[in-house]
Amino acid sequence: MKRSPLPLLTTLLVLVFFYLPIAVLVANSFNASRFGGTWEGFSLRWYSRLWHEREIWHAFRNTMLVATTATLVSTILGTSAAFALHRYHSRLQRFHYALIYTPLVIPEILMGMSLLLFFVALKIQLGLFTIFLAHVTFCISYVAMVVLARLQDFDFAIVEAAMDLGAGWWTTLWRVLVPLLAPGILAGALLAFTLSIDDFVISFFVAGPGSTTLPIRIYSMIKFGATPLINALSTILLVFTFLVVLLTHHLTREHHS
Amino acid sequence: MAEFLEFVDVSKTFGRLRAVDHVSLGVRRGEFFSLLGPSGCGKTTLLRMLGGFEIPDTGRIYLDGVDITDLPPNRRQVNTIFQNYALFPHLSVWENIAFGLRVAKRPRREIFNEVERMLALIQMEEHAHKKPHQISGGQKQRVAIARALINKPSVLLLDEPLAALDLKLRQRMLIELDLIHDQVGITFLYVTHDQGEAMSLSDRIAVMNQGRIEQLGTPAEVYEAPRSSFVAAFIGDTNFFEGRVAEIINDDYILMQIDGFPSVVCFNDKKMKVNDLVYLSVRPEKFRISRERPQLDGRYNLISANVEDIIYLGSHTKYWVRVDEYRLAISQQHGRFLLDEQPIRWKDDVWIWWHADDGYMLERYSEADELLIQTPPEEVGQNGAVPAPPRAEV
Repeated sequence: MKRSPLPLLTTLLVLVFFYLPIAVLVANSFNASRFGGTWEGFSLRWYSRLWHEREIWHAFRNTMLVATTATLVSTILGTSAAFALHRYHSRLQRFHYALIYTPLVIPEILMGMSLLLFFVALKIQLGLFTIFLAHVTFCISYVAMVVLARLQDFDFAIVEAAMDLGAGWWTTLWRVLVPLLAPGILAGALLAFTLSIDDFVISFFVAGPGSTTLPIRIYSMIKFGATPLINALSTILLVFTFLVVLLTHHLTREHHS
Repeated sequence: MAEFLEFVDVSKTFGRLRAVDHVSLGVRRGEFFSLLGPSGCGKTTLLRMLGGFEIPDTGRIYLDGVDITDLPPNRRQVNTIFQNYALFPHLSVWENIAFGLRVAKRPRREIFNEVERMLALIQMEEHAHKKPHQISGGQKQRVAIARALINKPSVLLLDEPLAALDLKLRQRMLIELDLIHDQVGITFLYVTHDQGEAMSLSDRIAVMNQGRIEQLGTPAEVYEAPRSSFVAAFIGDTNFFEGRVAEIINDDYILMQIDGFPSVVCFNDKKMKVNDLVYLSVRPEKFRISRERPQLDGRYNLISANVEDIIYLGSHTKYWVRVDEYRLAISQQHGRFLLDEQPIRWKDDVWIWWHADDGYMLERYSEADELLIQTPPEEVGQNGAVPAPPRAEV
């Protein structure tokens, strides 16, 4: 029986649609040509130019600063939220759950706008601090969801078992809870980290002078048409994000085997 | 009385639910003691209060003369086998068993020796390096036992430890548990809703219902001489009769008059007087059934009946027969080769009889307890999913 070529064709089309633009971008970042149209040989000159761009380094530092602090804070808060949602059943639990879940589905532009208005109303100076606050706000939800998913199949009887066998609170935490939940918490943290690094819309709204992050930097560079540099920068960002996602995936899968 | 393990007037309430209601209970050293009852009767709460996972609202718990009521779980000389074993999934079998000693910071040499000894006891030496998800349910069960026993607890608490296993494995683990209890000589406190498990393992059983202890005694005592209709119906099947004393025959026997049933002779161990209300329980296996009318003396109750249902179970057969307004469960062992006889069939007229000594007068009776008795479908061909009332009205 001859198999229909349709599924194969669809798959190929989807792949092309998804990944061709990215592939072109990556390829062009190694193109010696100043304009993307023609291939003039392999070159790392855009990467070396990038290396010497002071503004890019500045934006990179801002991004990393925001990403690490926002990840740290949102991981702690998000994990606590997940524990609270999982362990304590109150009449308001569904409401709490909805509160945590909502930032995941709210349009980013709405969130950015409302945060901006909020900060302005409170007369908080826009800058890295407001970006940090905004990132924590949406990262908490992601961390909470990832950790909560992990808690669903966590058997709390083993906590009682540990205490029953003589372990105190700290011993139980370090010997049982942390080793078992670390992959879930770390996966949530890495997700928060990538989201923070990539975020443009919300950051754009709440950024102030001198607090340019990488995505905002890339956006402003496009306006001046420095395409090859953006290609190189985007490729680096892509590789970095990809590695983090791979790590997250690895951590989430390991536990299920 | 100063028992080894003692609950004194212990109560625990969750919200509006009184889970444990003023329970006092003593367990002897080295005893295999079971808490038996339906789900929600408070048996697990009682166990968890002993483990330190719940604090009683009122009452005290003493272990070997020491008040342990308010001690946290990690400072009690008791260890628990949890219902789903609660093994640590990230640790190997070996490390699971070693956990208690590691936490206690015992010397490495001692940990090694003790773990190896435990592995030998549960015959799991070749699985020591495996993770819990790589071993079977029965093996997990054994690891949980070893992990608890290595701490040399004064009391081992077992919370429905066999509930997660299939029937065959359950029967094997039953024997293993019994052997382990004999070997280590530790007091076992066993919680179960399965009367078979409790009967076969225990030195003594406390039958619980709605947060209270209905009866405490040896398996034979609670089976043969149930105090209440609940105990009679929960442990095994039984037939209930409600009536009044019509006549005192002599010091030992009375004639009991029952609505919708012939009068019966029964042994008067409760010293009942004429017109007293009597609740009588007669176990299905105390009956005999035959198509031939037997020759019997006056202490037997001989009644003619009609067979409504038959369930052949190999070693024995269960019959449901009708006598006036009553539907009775009868269980008959097959001593002889059954096919040589002409077996009793559906709708046969038969004679049933039991000795007056074999019924037992209950102290307390509740209509609700009749629902605990297993019944076959009310009509042949009817789906068994619908529970039929045990005593059908005509």
